[in-house]
Amino acid sequence: MSNRLALLVTALLWLSATMGVAQVPKGSYGPVALVGATAYTVTQDTIENCTVVLRDGKIEAIGANVSVPGDARVIDCKGRRVYPGFIDGGTRLGLSEIGSDPRTHDYNEVGNIVPQMRALTAVNPNSALIPVTRVNGVTTVLSAPTGGLFSGTAALINLYGYTPEQMYAGFEGVVLNFPSTSRGGSNDKRKSEEIAKAATKAMKKLDDVWQKAVEYDKLDSALGESKPDYYPELIALQPVLRGTMPLIVEVDDAGDILRALEWVREKEIRKVIFAGVREGWRVADKIAEAGIPVITGKVLTLPGRAYDRYDRSYANPAIMNKAGVTVALRTNEANNVRNLPYNAGVAAAYGLGKEEALRAITIVPAQIFGVADKLGSLEAGKDATLFVCDGDPLEPATNILHLFIKGWDVPLVSRQTLLYDEFLHREPGLQKP
Amino acid sequence: MRTVRFHIAVALVLLIPVVVAAQPKVGDALIRNGTLLTVTKGTLENTDLLIRDGKIAAIGRNLTAPEGCRIIDATGLFVMPGIIDAHSHIALEAINEMSSPVTPEIRMRDALNPLDIAIYRALAGGVTTIQTLHGSANAIGGQSVVMKLRYGTVDPSELVLEGAPRGIKFALGENPTRVHGAGHNIVPRTRMGVEFVIRSALMEAREYRKQWDEYNEQKKKRGFRGAPPRYDDRLEVLAEVLRGNITIHCHCYRADEIVMILNVCRDFGIKKLVLQHANEGFKVAPEIADFGAMASVFSDAWAYKFEVYYSTAYNAAILTRNGVVTSINSDDPGVIRRLYHEASKTLKYGGLSREEALALITINPAKQLGIDSRVGSLEVGKDGDVAIFREHPLSIYTVPVMTLVDGIVRFDRENDPDDMRIYVDPEERFDQSGFSMPESFHDCLGAAAATFNQLFENR
Repeated sequence: MSNRLALLVTALLWLSATMGVAQVPKGSYGPVALVGATAYTVTQDTIENCTVVLRDGKIEAIGANVSVPGDARVIDCKGRRVYPGFIDGGTRLGLSEIGSDPRTHDYNEVGNIVPQMRALTAVNPNSALIPVTRVNGVTTVLSAPTGGLFSGTAALINLYGYTPEQMYAGFEGVVLNFPSTSRGGSNDKRKSEEIAKAATKAMKKLDDVWQKAVEYDKLDSALGESKPDYYPELIALQPVLRGTMPLIVEVDDAGDILRALEWVREKEIRKVIFAGVREGWRVADKIAEAGIPVITGKVLTLPGRAYDRYDRSYANPAIMNKAGVTVALRTNEANNVRNLPYNAGVAAAYGLGKEEALRAITIVPAQIFGVADKLGSLEAGKDATLFVCDGDPLEPATNILHLFIKGWDVPLVSRQTLLYDEFLHREPGLQKP
Repeated sequence: MRTVRFHIAVALVLLIPVVVAAQPKVGDALIRNGTLLTVTKGTLENTDLLIRDGKIAAIGRNLTAPEGCRIIDATGLFVMPGIIDAHSHIALEAINEMSSPVTPEIRMRDALNPLDIAIYRALAGGVTTIQTLHGSANAIGGQSVVMKLRYGTVDPSELVLEGAPRGIKFALGENPTRVHGAGHNIVPRTRMGVEFVIRSALMEAREYRKQWDEYNEQKKKRGFRGAPPRYDDRLEVLAEVLRGNITIHCHCYRADEIVMILNVCRDFGIKKLVLQHANEGFKVAPEIADFGAMASVFSDAWAYKFEVYYSTAYNAAILTRNGVVTSINSDDPGVIRRLYHEASKTLKYGGLSREEALALITINPAKQLGIDSRVGSLEVGKDGDVAIFREHPLSIYTVPVMTLVDGIVRFDRENDPDDMRIYVDPEERFDQSGFSMPESFHDCLGAAAATFNQLFENR
């Protein structure tokens, strides 16, 4: 009896341990040669009949005249294309599993001023959402906390690995929700005056916190070895004050964008990224003038105002880009980050152009995050984070055939593809023998 | 004789205003030299399409335009039937009547808002016909409206597609159990309860119908003096469902609840059933096909709630391959603008052909709404509802450039002012933007979302 009980307990434990785990095949590692593809390097010319050699997690060599090393596994890529992995400049991937279930939400910590909350500590490497995302060519995402004034510290992660350390892609930034004077969607029933009042209050709070952070940093620098009292939120802001870490400013409304530009200028913040920026098209010249890079999206959404031209959200990246703003894209999603290439495709169709749209999900975010030495283009010495496909990867008809993240050949299998395999022709079908 | 004629003439003249008021505005147009994606008759290159009095009058080469007919040069452009969305909540003043788990007497027609800018924005995505539905708060919700996007009128009745079959919303799973079970502490709190609530309502309706059928039978007899049974608006609607005069559009997600509704419908002899969302429809595709139900699904929406955590973007393809008439819907004022893009994802997820992919947003939803003899393909005799695209509509780089409804151009990218609102709220602060929620949330929840949250916070 007790044996049976033990068996049952073991079985239950095994069940609970396996439930929710992305049950996909293991990746493999080792030297690989992709032979005969057209390589879309993004930063250099496109190379026809190209050989790309991957070794030790890096692109060892790339070019039409590169010889295939004897120890490399050869993948025939004739008629195929190779692209650098796509980078989503803003998601909640790994921090959210099920949209309506707060128990699976690790992106919105209690508190208004919590820059010390680090996304990297809470990213779930085994999220079922991750394999679903990467099978569409998205290899790297910014996983960002939301809510409050200072939401926390976002982290750039590669979508392969079993610990945060294995996934970390070399960038962190503090997220600031710039005080908003706009309505928070149709469910926001506040009067205009209430919204304005709340924004003024938040602005005052922001200035207070910033002043404290500046003073704390001065004190800390002056005291040297003998540290001042422990204020985790002020410590978390120090790298931003010192210009070693960017401040990611979430801002959408045109008026708020102008106020945010004024604020970062006044506070002399050296590294700033604007994120969201849905109404960037209204004030694109001003953003360009300030030289602040923008991560905008999602593109596939509605304009913010009923009187706006219907295609403003689609054209927003193009309008900013044409004004001279550095523009990267994001989905701002968790479960459908896989649609990043389609956000880029629609931005391309509405004025951004194919080339610039591709840059907006590869090299531009890599540059904004300061990781362009490793990611964002196909160049020798960079990370072997790339994919092989059978057509234009921004087109939904295109299939991704091979995908590598830091040299790991990641099987293109997700729970969604496994369900397809199981249920396309279910057995038993209608009749169970 | 002359006086009789005179009386007839007078009668006709008197009738005219009535008849005209009931007719939608229609137009003429000749669309020249486009690539026609007919959906049912293949692709026709360099072909003209003539619309007269709102109907497709001819398809062919070198058609001549009648006097005064608008000519549209579609050289290098793609011409397809106007897109149909079988699941929307736009153009509604209210979505959920949450006061009871059973509200079939509610009519969305009474809440139509022809001023909704979402109508114009959908037109700008090539959409011409939609079903706008009651929400998913109730196990048995209200009656839907099939409407054409005749944006520009302030009269709600002009939007309604004349003669379209009636539809009613049913809803299973988390939404009705959350609103009524968790929210109001009444049945249903579980999927067992949902089944019971639907079954009970239908049983009551069956009894009601029997009483009326008997009465109507008796009434024919000479000397019958009995009183009619009590008239009940709620049961009357459900009796019409039982008679096969109203199609059930059932919000559902999980495979188990899909089998449940198939069984309930089978028990009551109900055949007209369209499964809405049916994220796990793929798991019971043989059962759905065997029943003869149809399915209107999302392209790739998932994990926004627990009951859609085990779903797959291959759903539409699996259902199609198992013989289920499948459509892709939006359930969202943003997604409705890109249904062609949503359909294109099935080229990747399951490898549907281009024709199959286009059918998901044209002829298939038309079948589900019972209007396929009028719309859903480019065929002579069908309505002049046409969407014109730059690039193939299944390419990500496409841009809808013109949309015609009944032969009238309702969207033209070349002639598209910034502000297309019909009505402006004088109270509105001009610079007040309204940014929607960061994640597209499907609904069905709609206006109910805030209330749901309240319910939970107060519990």
